[in-house]
Amino acid sequence: MDRHEYRNLVILVLPTGIFCVAFFLLPMARLVLIGASGERGIAAYLDIVTTPRHFESLIATLVLSITVTATALVVATISGLFLERNRFKGRGVLISMLTFPLAFPGVVIGFMVIMLAGRQGLIGIVSKALTGDKIVFAYSMAGLFVGYMYFSIPRVILTIMAAAEKMNPALEEAARSLGAPQWRIILDVILPALKPGLIASGAICFATSMGAFGTAFTLATNIDVLPMTIYTEFTLNANIAGAATLSIVLGLITWAALYIARNLSGSNVAAAG
Amino acid sequence: MSDLKDQGTAINLLSCAKTFAGGVQALEPLDLEIAGGETVVLLGPSGCGKTTTLRIIAGLEEPDPGGRVMFGDDDVTRLPIEKRKIGMVFQSYALFPNMTVRENIAYGLMVRRMPKPDIDRRVGEMLEMMHIGDLEFRRIDQLSGGQCQRVALARAIAVQPRVLLLDEPLTALDAILRTRLRVEIDQLLRRLGITAVYVTHDQGEAMSLGDRIVVMSRGRVEQIGTPRDIYYKPNNDFVAEFIGTINRLRGIARGDHVEVAGASLPWSANRSGGEVEILFRPENVTISNLKSAHLKGNVVTSFFQGDRTKLILDGLGERQVIIETTDRVEFIAGQEIGFRIDPDSMIILNT
Repeated sequence: MDRHEYRNLVILVLPTGIFCVAFFLLPMARLVLIGASGERGIAAYLDIVTTPRHFESLIATLVLSITVTATALVVATISGLFLERNRFKGRGVLISMLTFPLAFPGVVIGFMVIMLAGRQGLIGIVSKALTGDKIVFAYSMAGLFVGYMYFSIPRVILTIMAAAEKMNPALEEAARSLGAPQWRIILDVILPALKPGLIASGAICFATSMGAFGTAFTLATNIDVLPMTIYTEFTLNANIAGAATLSIVLGLITWAALYIARNLSGSNVAAAG
Repeated sequence: MSDLKDQGTAINLLSCAKTFAGGVQALEPLDLEIAGGETVVLLGPSGCGKTTTLRIIAGLEEPDPGGRVMFGDDDVTRLPIEKRKIGMVFQSYALFPNMTVRENIAYGLMVRRMPKPDIDRRVGEMLEMMHIGDLEFRRIDQLSGGQCQRVALARAIAVQPRVLLLDEPLTALDAILRTRLRVEIDQLLRRLGITAVYVTHDQGEAMSLGDRIVVMSRGRVEQIGTPRDIYYKPNNDFVAEFIGTINRLRGIARGDHVEVAGASLPWSANRSGGEVEILFRPENVTISNLKSAHLKGNVVTSFFQGDRTKLILDGLGERQVIIETTDRVEFIAGQEIGFRIDPDSMIILNT
């Protein structure tokens, strides 16, 4: 590359570079420093493990995100495959309804979960009429789970449908001709073909669930997921250093998940979202 | 490898028709008897029903009610493909991309829960037979098209199927490779003695591989016969036009000769006079001097092809006439030439 080309390249990259430095690197660096600015310095990062409330919140968020990701993958893969392989009346409407939640902010999703499973929710009314017991789970981990599932499923369905469309139908026929029963075909042909899509959409689900705030904020009166803990530390406890360390840890976990997924699938993870 | 030798299962299709959703009839009721060990080629243009027929034999499609598929004495009509013990080779190869060459070949054996030492032995035999031993541990995306098709054949044969079904296996390959693999497939089928059904739209493949050819068009069988029958004695217009190159001239029969394009041809057939259609193939003519020629035409173009020269002639009717000669003479456009038609090779169709 000669000097002229090099100069052009620098000019072309400059806008992205400025944006990245101004809105990502500088605040992140500041966050890292703030996190270490307390009286205990860099050791403050250990607090997330040693402070029970922080650690519990971290574990709860991880468990919730992993459960949501796994469940969404199973449910959406089955529905995605079905939708891709069957043509029926109303299919288009059904697909657009299933992908609809992508357009909703987390607050609205939280609100919908309350409408469903809250104190005045539909499930409560029905269960009371049937058994006399009012079932309410909107404000617990179960409520969060339902809400997160709601916005995770469309991400996976769309990716799976795209991957299933590209599958060569002769592969399944070949496996069948060799005597493979249906479960073997799923294991040996379909899942391997969907693997990149599953990893990509799984990573997106996980990352979104780790960082989701709106839904948690609407529902979480007595549950602490990591984004909620950060919010509480920052606004109520004015523990700015603590909020910063938690933010950095949350960011690192999410980034690592996306990075691993990108390497495993070998395809463009971001494009899958 | 004598254990590879199979007596071959006979296949019998009894009034198998296929109507797809939407009412399109892809196949009219078809009766077809295939002897054990025979290679039958289903030949025709796209949409003729050849692939549907193959898929009915495979068990990937069910015939319309009333149709029956027999493998020997077994009625397999209701049996899904995975229970029919067939081997199938696809145009797109359909190799499992997440497995190595070895795993692909072993797949059918593994599914059948064959003991590991037996699988190893069998896969070894297949690798040797298809000359792909050095590819054993390759990934599928590291293979060329020809290598892929060899692996696909090995995988289909490894399970010792009752019948082998091949769906345009060579179409995706380039011309040279296609010819070479055609020879290999032919030798393989002879050696295995397996009943094989081969679908293609390439008449060259059909002629060289088939014990018998089933020529199909628009869901109907046009003719069933040996390659020679089909080529020399086409049943109808479609078969005559589809197989090889053919010339057709209109004429009027008068006693022992036919008047064609202002000339006279010997006419041995004991048919009543009137309008007839004479069909002849490019290679069944000999160039002669203008005086003793049956017919004369003007050269439009000549294509030198090494062993022979192909000439396109006009002035003999509505359509141009194509003839071939092995004479080492150069022809120029506009030149008038005369030729004689071998009377025995003339095809006369009922019009």
